[in-house]
Amino acid sequence: MGDSPDQMNYRHLRHAQPRFSGLESGHRACQGCGEALGARLVTEAAGPDVVYANATGCLEVFTTAWPDSSWRVPWIHSLFENAPAVAAGMEAALKARGKATRVISMGGDGSTFDIGFQALSGMLERGHNVLHVCFDNEAYMNTGVQRSSSTPHAAATTTSPSGKERMGKRHLKKDIVSIVAAHHIPYAATSSVAYPSDIRKKVRRALAIDGPTFLHIHTPCPLGWGHDGALSIEVARLAVQTGLFPIIELERGRLAGSMPIRTVRPVTDYLQLQTRFRHLFADDDRAREELEHLQALADHNIEIYNLRGTQADSRDSEGADTVRRGGMRWA
Amino acid sequence: MQYALEGSQALARTVALCRPQVIAAYPITPQTHIVENLSKLVADGVLDCELVSVESEFSAASVVLGAVAAGARAYTASSSQGILLMCEVLFNIAGLRLPMVMTCANRAVSGPLSIWNDQQDSMAVRDAGWIQLYCTSNQDAVDTTIQAYHISEQTELPVMVCVDGFTLTHTLEVLDIPDQQQVDRYLPPFNFERRLDPASPISIGTLVAPDYFTEARGDHHRAMNNAQQAIVAAAAGWEDVCGRRQNPLICIHDMTDARIGILTLGSIAGTLADARDRYQNVPATRLMALRTFRPFPAEAIRQACAGLTDLVVLERALSPGSGGIVGTEIRAALSEMQNAPRVHNFSVGLGGRDVPLDIYPRIHEAVRAGSGIPFDIIDLEPDKLPAAV
Repeated sequence: MGDSPDQMNYRHLRHAQPRFSGLESGHRACQGCGEALGARLVTEAAGPDVVYANATGCLEVFTTAWPDSSWRVPWIHSLFENAPAVAAGMEAALKARGKATRVISMGGDGSTFDIGFQALSGMLERGHNVLHVCFDNEAYMNTGVQRSSSTPHAAATTTSPSGKERMGKRHLKKDIVSIVAAHHIPYAATSSVAYPSDIRKKVRRALAIDGPTFLHIHTPCPLGWGHDGALSIEVARLAVQTGLFPIIELERGRLAGSMPIRTVRPVTDYLQLQTRFRHLFADDDRAREELEHLQALADHNIEIYNLRGTQADSRDSEGADTVRRGGMRWA
Repeated sequence: MQYALEGSQALARTVALCRPQVIAAYPITPQTHIVENLSKLVADGVLDCELVSVESEFSAASVVLGAVAAGARAYTASSSQGILLMCEVLFNIAGLRLPMVMTCANRAVSGPLSIWNDQQDSMAVRDAGWIQLYCTSNQDAVDTTIQAYHISEQTELPVMVCVDGFTLTHTLEVLDIPDQQQVDRYLPPFNFERRLDPASPISIGTLVAPDYFTEARGDHHRAMNNAQQAIVAAAAGWEDVCGRRQNPLICIHDMTDARIGILTLGSIAGTLADARDRYQNVPATRLMALRTFRPFPAEAIRQACAGLTDLVVLERALSPGSGGIVGTEIRAALSEMQNAPRVHNFSVGLGGRDVPLDIYPRIHEAVRAGSGIPFDIIDLEPDKLPAAV
């Protein structure tokens, strides 16, 4: 299929355009920070006519040390546990003032799964026209890697360390997207920084909907997970390819789409890259049992969301966002 | 125009006259009637406003925070546990210098659980950086609420209007409710310059390192102190519109040659004024109601106490292990005064305990007997409780 010279010019022009970014470079995130990448991708896709409410956490801290700020969008940080409520207030104010500006609240897993969960649930129940984005790095990273209800089973953190009596976190990762979807909101989805165009597509989709929407983005934290910063995308992609982090879309609580996994990888491929799971590779029966447990969790995800691909697909875990491998780039 | 209204109903109508664009609240006794009445005004189309019925006081305060940041005039109301649940947000609202008004329908704080009136709730958040105005009557509450918006938007400081729960909020009386033209003349539309606007993006609520935090706090303190002028000007401006005069900082009944003064906050002032009319055989007394508790008007208090030999501070709260909260601050203010009166400090009316008229002669009796009472709780009957183990 060949483009006419005119079409080539348009495409060339479009790609040469500087992309709008709400988050400038020069902030103080660690190398390989998944959250910084996720936040940039969200702001790029959302465009300039958006106001943001940001929960306390790494994202707020590394982007704003007064008098500097990396944000090119109107942005407020209030507290740890109230970003969705602040966003609800902004939405109400903009509605009262006759503005069409969109509202995004964002926070990490600590603010979304734990301390700010009530404010999130209230915002969703009341039907505010707000997109909540959760950047999930699976622990309280800003305070130095403590376990949250999003920390995966058996992962070691500073408050769920491994030791003679423990194999890391004893509890399961909270299934936040199901809980959110149970509010029967129009749209809830998961995504990963390994798939930037998937994030863009889902942000645009969410913002086109009138009503509360939710986007859960898996964002590796090299410091907290214990992997090289250069491996963030690799690690994030393996979380998807093993089935540990399913990429799904839910409309009004019903499964509406998922990213198929072309080649399902064993969970050990993902776990062995991260020191938070190092204790699972010891010569120890409990370690072997936990590895089996994690593999069973991944298998369960693959089964309930029907993630196993039947053939190569440009939208699957290998194809998406990998143009050079013949995949599809949506945006 | 004159209406026979319950205090809460009057407050709801008054808030509506101030044209709030966003109201967020969560029900708690005795604040409920205020937000119920506001909800009805919205439902009836009398008030055009986004009413957000939230899932907690924490979110109520957070919603109005976001609303003001996005440029809307906002209102909330709470009491007791609700004020304490909001506490973290209250500090944040004030620190971000977001102007708004909330009514605190004053109620005791649990435990033990009490739904009845005292002022422990607003006293617990006195350091949050909000302006606090205490109302002696429902008419006072109506006029103060309108002024509160004026003060808040002039100073970019939030204002808490404290109204005794039940004693005022649930009492029906004849009140003058101003008309819309009067309020519009006094209160121009809200135009918040630091609002979040995609046309000129700003960041609000950034991380501030030690090299700037002291300056932020110092600036807040200075703004609070300067707000005294705005509070005085707001009262004068409202008097020009409605004709009613209010003492903006401290309300003084009778500056005669009284040697004994009684200072209180809120509705006890009305009880004392009635008692003074009834008990004529006690010494002449200067009655004072502290309207502005934050910022603390130390100079105005010293002036009000000129010529007194004894000052009784009656308050509806206490700091366990210390004593009176207001009394302690008054003592500090008077320490810089020549010929300062002796201070007698009492907590009274805790958890809704009745404050009867005869408290007035009993206070005088105590003053006559004592040489300055550091702190005592009036009507305390320890024998009612089981003997201490």
